Amino acid sequence: MTLLGTLALWIAFLLGIWGAIAGFAGGHSGRADLQQSARHAVFAMCAVLLAAVISLEIALFHHDFNVEYVAAYTSRNLPTFYTWSALYAGQKGSLLFWATVLSIFGSLAQWLTAPRHRVYLPYVAAVTCLVATFFVSVTLFAANPFDRLPYTPVDGRGMNPQLQNPGMVFHPPMLYLGYISITIPFAFAMSALLLKKLDADWLVAIRKWTLLSWLFLSIGICLGMWWAYVELGWGGYWAWDPVENASLLPWLTMTAFLHSVMIQEKRGMLKKWNLGLIIGSWLLSIFGTFLTRSGVISSVHSFTQSPVGYFFLAFLAVAAAASFTLYGRRLPLLEAEAKLESMVSREASFLFNNLLFIGIAFSVLWGTLFPILSELVQGTKVTVGPPFFNQVNIPLGLALLALTGIGPLIAWRRASVPNLQRQFAVPAAAGSFTLLILLVAGMRDFYALVAIALGGFVTATVVQEFARGARARHRQYGEAYALALGRLIARNRRRYGGYIVHTGMVILFIAFAGMAFKTETEATLRPGESVSLRSPYGWTYTFTHLGVSQYQALNRLVTAATVEVARNGKKIGLLSTEKRQHVDATGRPTFEPSTAVGIRSDLREDLYTVLAGVVNGTEQAVYRFTINPLVWWVWYGGMIVALGGLIVMWPGGGSPAVKRTQAGYAVRLVETK
Amino acid sequence: MTSDCRIVGLSDCNRRQFLGLFAGGLLLSVHPTIRQSVDSLPAGRLYQPDWAGRPADPVTAKDNLAVIQAIEKRLRCTCGCGLDIYTCRTTDFSCTYSPALHREVLAKYDAGQTAQQIIDGFVREHGQASLMAPPKRGFNLVGYFLPGTAVLVAAVILTVVLRRWTRAGAPAPVAGTPLGAQGATPAELDRLRRELEGLNT
Ligand code: HEM
Repeated sequence: MTLLGTLALWIAFLLGIWGAIAGFAGGHSGRADLQQSARHAVFAMCAVLLAAVISLEIALFHHDFNVEYVAAYTSRNLPTFYTWSALYAGQKGSLLFWATVLSIFGSLAQWLTAPRHRVYLPYVAAVTCLVATFFVSVTLFAANPFDRLPYTPVDGRGMNPQLQNPGMVFHPPMLYLGYISITIPFAFAMSALLLKKLDADWLVAIRKWTLLSWLFLSIGICLGMWWAYVELGWGGYWAWDPVENASLLPWLTMTAFLHSVMIQEKRGMLKKWNLGLIIGSWLLSIFGTFLTRSGVISSVHSFTQSPVGYFFLAFLAVAAAASFTLYGRRLPLLEAEAKLESMVSREASFLFNNLLFIGIAFSVLWGTLFPILSELVQGTKVTVGPPFFNQVNIPLGLALLALTGIGPLIAWRRASVPNLQRQFAVPAAAGSFTLLILLVAGMRDFYALVAIALGGFVTATVVQEFARGARARHRQYGEAYALALGRLIARNRRRYGGYIVHTGMVILFIAFAGMAFKTETEATLRPGESVSLRSPYGWTYTFTHLGVSQYQALNRLVTAATVEVARNGKKIGLLSTEKRQHVDATGRPTFEPSTAVGIRSDLREDLYTVLAGVVNGTEQAVYRFTINPLVWWVWYGGMIVALGGLIVMWPGGGSPAVKRTQAGYAVRLVETK
Repeated sequence: MTSDCRIVGLSDCNRRQFLGLFAGGLLLSVHPTIRQSVDSLPAGRLYQPDWAGRPADPVTAKDNLAVIQAIEKRLRCTCGCGLDIYTCRTTDFSCTYSPALHREVLAKYDAGQTAQQIIDGFVREHGQASLMAPPKRGFNLVGYFLPGTAVLVAAVILTVVLRRWTRAGAPAPVAGTPLGAQGATPAELDRLRRELEGLNT
């Protein structure tokens, strides 16, 4: 199997090189045979890389521990679910996964692109092949998952216990799908630059791809937060860890792009900026993979350290230089077709929206790289942890939240004063009312107050938009309100899907604000003893230690401690938290004991329990109890963002809205003539 | 095939074992007198203390002091985890550094040092990297204020440029064919306009 795998990698490498040459030559010369050959190279590369993946999976499932990768990440008693996900648990496998998924996306792009956009495809094939070849070459020359050991261990090391969590089965592939699929819009951008076809046409061709990538990244980031929360045990979901930051960066630039691209579609403006954003997002996604997989900056998420980092650095430098040189040479062709008419217009609000997204991206990147910079400039190592990021990013985030409410209320081209009054009256009142209620309720945390009040404001803008749209349909077509609302969304998926995404973001911001009220305590309890903790809502929770039990599970030895929980004296349930000593099939311990947290959630707050250990081998247990407010709002917010994203992406419904707006604009032009 | 299939991983059992387990389960359910064995030995000792990881020290009142937690949240654990001392010692129970650093904080606190003195002491002993966020002086100020300043400066520049553009820019026609040219009747245009009034503000 390893022979087949390595052979497949070599064939993929050669195919990739050929695909790139044929694609560039075919695109340049217009020769149909070369163009066709490049296209076929993408398909063939996909097929051989799939064969490589299957070879690795077979080795994993056959417990072929002579293969170094299999021995390093699995053991005989690893549950099937995780044996499968071992494909991307380690650096070598995940690089193979990257290349394979890219070749699948590349093939889909070749296959599904509408005939009117086919002109871009030869160069798209070339760029896809080039990027995939880079990943294949890293696996071949620096991190081959098919490398064999000089001996065969009886059993493998098993998977890091922290990765043995359902969140970890779905989080990395989702994030990778996001990182990888942005290569397709990037390839189209390069193709448009090479072909000098820089009208809005290529944007139409990449819209769905960009949304797809954005959606995968959004889901991947949320799953990552969920994994960190339920698995890592520190009681939070975001630590401004370099790897987390790396996933946020392309998400921010892509969200900026999704908005600014509307200006180009509708007004023919911001062409340079949009191209720059796509190139930047792609480079950031490679940078994210580099950070995750190279271990350059130490992080709880980096499970590997290796020379692969140098490959990535070189690739990043070459790719950035090549793409920006091409971009620079085409700048004269990227002049705007229209001028901005008013400061108070949707266009201007989008510009400020982009300013904030890029500002936040810059500050996250800056904070992530500042330790390196500080060492270079002042020779001192510094740590840039959450206090730094919070201080810099919370104000920017709140400004973004405010703009999320303001932007959609402002008309395209030029908003009149009566129009603004009509739009802002209800949302401003809703925001002020929310603030008042919070102050009366005794909330005093400044940022939380601002975040939740702005949440009220933005929610009101969204409700107002939906209500007006549904009422308009009700008046015009006599539809019942519910039907009118459904049709409104179905017929204007882009716009109303976008507003649903905004609602999800509001919920996320409120959830983040809730964490300001986190409370916790540590306690050592004998069976029957209890400890109390006051929640921010004023309730008193009592945790009574019931005892410690021990048992064996498939691949671990478990010590479970259980508490009974009462709220204001009324029993509400049990919570168990575990220490797990993972073992291989021969019973040998594999990793340090890990902790499984116990969580009891409702919409208002989570009770989060961690077993720190036991005292002197007795049932006297040391616990940490944490009350985390509004955590489920994060998961619901994430789901709503994903739902909105899906609505926006759903085929068929988006374009009429755009056409209607364009038509509306055209009508006004005709009228003003 | 492992003996553990009683508990997890039923997929590791063959059909006969599975049916055997099922029958056993049924039997147990009709003989409820079979009691589960107790988990611990009489003196509250665990059967396998080593399964539970490193023995834990009982929590003292001082461990929960807000001031101690606040100090420890500003100081970084030196084990390389990137977490602060408090988070590391209450999360990563295999780390031996954070409990030692915690004891160091407590010792300094007991010696009567203020929070700032304790933190300064750590910086002296372990370097500036022991702070979770760099102190606001020297080059670090650039770290703190560059992003915010950059956004503000960019916002001012954007506002000025936009003002200039909007003053200079008379309404310019956009590319694309106006609907009127495609033969829309005034009635159609009127209907479209009404619809847009409702939908597209
Ligand atoms: C907070 C983070 C934000 C996220 C995640 C987000 C996300 C989205 C998404 C995914 C769409 C659909 C885009 C498409 O169809 O291609 C959208 C639409 C929209 N966004 Fe945002 N957005 C955010 C903030 C903002 C801000 C600050 C503004 C202010 C200008 C804004 C204004 C709009 C508008 C007006 C639309 C609807 C466009 C239409 O009529 O089709 N968004 N948003």
